Amino acid sequence: MPMPRDEHQPVPEEPAPLRVIGTRPPLYGAVDKVTGRAVFGADISLPGLLHGKVLRSPHAHARIVSIDTSRAESYPGVHAVVTARDLPEGAGERFERDNTLAGDKVLYVGHPIAAVAAESPHIAEEALALIDVQYEVLPPVLDVRRAMEADAPLLHEALRTWSLAGQAASPSNVAEHLQHVKGDPERGFAEADVIVERSFTTTMVHQGYIEPHASTALWHPDGSVTVWTCTQGAFPVREHLSSLLHLSMARIRVVPTEIGGGFGGKASSYVDVVAALLARKAGRPAKVVMGRDEVLKATGPTPGTFIRVRMGARRDGRIVAAEAELCYEAGAYPGSSVGSGADTIFACYDIPNARVDGYDVVVNKPRTSSYRAPGATPAVFAVEQVVDELAERLGIDPLEFRLLNCAREGTRRVSGQPYPRVGFAEVLEAARAHPHYRAPLGGPNRGRGIAFGYWGNWAGQSCCTISVNADGTVSLLSGSVDVSGALTGIAMQAAEELGLELEQVQVRVADTASIGYTDVSAGSRTTFGTGLAAIEAACDVIAQMCARAARLWGVPVETVSYDRAAFTTSLDPTKRLSFRELAAQLSATGGPVMGRGNVDGDVLRRGGAPGLHIADVELDPETGKVTVLRYTAVQDVGRAVHPGNVEGQIKGGVAQGIGWALYEGCFYGEDGQLLNPTLLDNKLPTAMDIPEVEPVIVEVPDPVHPYGVRGAGETPIVPVAGAIANALYRITERRMERLPMTPAYILERMGVI
Amino acid sequence: MVWIPSLMRDLTGGQARVSAPGRTVAELLDALEAAYPGVRERLCPGGRLHPSLAVVVDGRRAPLGLLEMVGEESEVQFVPAVSGG
Amino acid sequence: MDGKVRVQATINGQPVEFLCEPRQSLLECLRDVLGLTGTKEGCSDGNCGACSVLLNGRLVNSCLVLGVEVDGQEVTTVEGLAGPDGLHPLQQAFIDHAALQCGYCTPGMLLAAKALLDREPEPSEERIRQWLAGNLCRCTGYDRIVRAVQDAARRMRREADAHAEG
Repeated sequence: MPMPRDEHQPVPEEPAPLRVIGTRPPLYGAVDKVTGRAVFGADISLPGLLHGKVLRSPHAHARIVSIDTSRAESYPGVHAVVTARDLPEGAGERFERDNTLAGDKVLYVGHPIAAVAAESPHIAEEALALIDVQYEVLPPVLDVRRAMEADAPLLHEALRTWSLAGQAASPSNVAEHLQHVKGDPERGFAEADVIVERSFTTTMVHQGYIEPHASTALWHPDGSVTVWTCTQGAFPVREHLSSLLHLSMARIRVVPTEIGGGFGGKASSYVDVVAALLARKAGRPAKVVMGRDEVLKATGPTPGTFIRVRMGARRDGRIVAAEAELCYEAGAYPGSSVGSGADTIFACYDIPNARVDGYDVVVNKPRTSSYRAPGATPAVFAVEQVVDELAERLGIDPLEFRLLNCAREGTRRVSGQPYPRVGFAEVLEAARAHPHYRAPLGGPNRGRGIAFGYWGNWAGQSCCTISVNADGTVSLLSGSVDVSGALTGIAMQAAEELGLELEQVQVRVADTASIGYTDVSAGSRTTFGTGLAAIEAACDVIAQMCARAARLWGVPVETVSYDRAAFTTSLDPTKRLSFRELAAQLSATGGPVMGRGNVDGDVLRRGGAPGLHIADVELDPETGKVTVLRYTAVQDVGRAVHPGNVEGQIKGGVAQGIGWALYEGCFYGEDGQLLNPTLLDNKLPTAMDIPEVEPVIVEVPDPVHPYGVRGAGETPIVPVAGAIANALYRITERRMERLPMTPAYILERMGVI
Repeated sequence: MVWIPSLMRDLTGGQARVSAPGRTVAELLDALEAAYPGVRERLCPGGRLHPSLAVVVDGRRAPLGLLEMVGEESEVQFVPAVSGG
Repeated sequence: MDGKVRVQATINGQPVEFLCEPRQSLLECLRDVLGLTGTKEGCSDGNCGACSVLLNGRLVNSCLVLGVEVDGQEVTTVEGLAGPDGLHPLQQAFIDHAALQCGYCTPGMLLAAKALLDREPEPSEERIRQWLAGNLCRCTGYDRIVRAVQDAARRMRREADAHAEG
């Protein structure tokens, strides 16, 4: 590939005109999706297929005394029953194993304990009722702050807090304590003329993908297994299967299906191992499809949080000190998104003195998973209200205040890392120039709020191959699954690099037997990282084809080049072959040409994507109902490969943010039962609830990517709750210290109830 | 120049930044360990970089971790590893 | 399996005969018995709309209808939308307006929109939003779906006018 531009070298003012990047072709696979032909997780069918169902814990915290599966095993139509005892001895990392099928304890309502494979899902469900599990019920701990107390019930008797200060001596529900300190926070606060401190709590929220998890396993006579699953990453599923089944990766083929939404929740594997165990024991293929209640009870919510923020500013408008404490619910096993919450909370600002403490805390709720910019939304909900309050107390326009304090190139984050070029100021300036910011509100009980958010973006590891066909078209294989149009963006980058039309690029998602390891499609990384792999594969193709042209023409290969229209040699201006003409001669000049791209994008990546949102809301002062009237989302995306797709990501992210802000949440009773395990009560926004969101794309190219791509998918959710809270403040004169901001909560804050 | 995480400054007498020689992060850690015993066990319990941590060299997350090359003027930080959704 | 019931129905214009258990929903019959997997399951309790189909032209959640209930009835699923001349105007408009991302809610959304346009050829935006409120989409934020339905309505009215004139 052409070496990525050195970051010190500015991107040329007038880059070569792009033919494919920046256009809006139809998304790959769209025809299959509108005709019902696209194959999703549960659509897999095989001869002799059995249906699996999972027995789940009715208790939030209990010791398993005994499991008797004999009655279920002898039930007519049942072919296999499995429990954790069917996992190879010592296989897999302990927490990963226990979350797949419980060992000696259940840690949340919905925790998988056993599974049945039967002729039909109905028979499997009936058989579940025949499995006799004896429990010793233990008191649950459900609240993050309660779980941190010394006398709280312990989920894991062996868990001791880890931090860079060392491992604690006694057991605790706090799995990890992390800290960033920059400058001298005490001195900074002493300099401040205004100090604001507030505490916030947010509820666990589910990603709410419409397609439940589904996995189908087929064992072959040679002891290898094929697994079809809806996942954000086939390779991590293969690794998970290999580790828990003690099976060589060479004996596992994971075939990713189309994925009906993931948003981070399908970066984890839940039923793949169960399907494989059932199929192996039954000697027939088995499919496990989760029900909606299982999805809501036992898969990836994002952490509930407690966040305290304290910030100080001088009269001249400069923020001089900041402090935050973030306590995140990891769910039943360690690994919440507190790290990225801590990384994001002050990310938009240049603050000389700051301190951030983060705590990863286990509670008796499902193990949390990533959710679109994991950890960032609650952090930004908190900090953006405090920033807004500082601006108000100083009498400065909230947007000007943010501009005065925003991070710039070279600004050091609280963790010490300096920023490369990121469009913080450009985004704020575009928002200030947008007519929405000064437009009249047009009625009573209306308010306008803004919030500024950031997501660091990830690059990860990716592979692509490109094979040249004799007619001059190419076949591109992507190691990344197609999450919401990413595949189109990847193919567009390959087409651009090869000088082909997009229609000449056939693109498919590869299974794990067909390409090298590729990370999950997540972290705003796919268009960036797998795009880099596609570009690298394209450059490899071009290099090989230059060699073929050199051979045909009898000239040294160094004299041959390709300008995306034709191969030429500097030695003879009459020699000229188009890509198609040369492709037709590959067979006669040395055989097939296949290019490969295998990259670790993190070698390059440094900068993320900031976004400033403007929200107009109306509050019904009697009922507390909030209507979002107008919404503008300004974001630096580096370069929009497919602007329509980027806008789609922004609209979708904002819609999720509105739901999170106003009503979404997983609500638990004191005994740890999920009180709203249906989409009726676990309400997602409908077409009635979301206004037409206006995306404003700002392009400050990321200097490390050949086309300036930054990644765009996650930032759009980050500022939403903060912007709506700040809008509600303009109406109620109350800061919102809780998510979701339900009508009841708003009325309570207003003193109406 | 190594940025010492705040929770480890008990080992460096409160110093937030220390210099140490080394061509790779691993060599740099060896030098640090010699000067400030205990550093390695905090960052690399059991000999491997703690899974919650990432190495940052000159502002960029270093995928090679301890194998990452560093220059004389390099800045090295240890930060929480984060991914995305 | 004992106790299966014979059902005769017209599905996507074709006469179909199948056996189902009395407890199987229409959704299960379509997907597991007839192999029509274009209709999706999102919740199986009538709250997400992913399994929307038309029963005698009326919009239903197929998870809330029993298979045996469609005996003698007409069912339209996403597989029956496109005709010999190509895509249905709604399908084309969904592609043109990028009204889908993951595509999982799309079949149900298309059927719901068809049910609306079949009875109200010129619905307002408000009416479209209200009508589609039973179909959840988690990817798009809905406005492109609304635009696609408006556009398809225009195309269908034009086609109907041309047909009337021709």
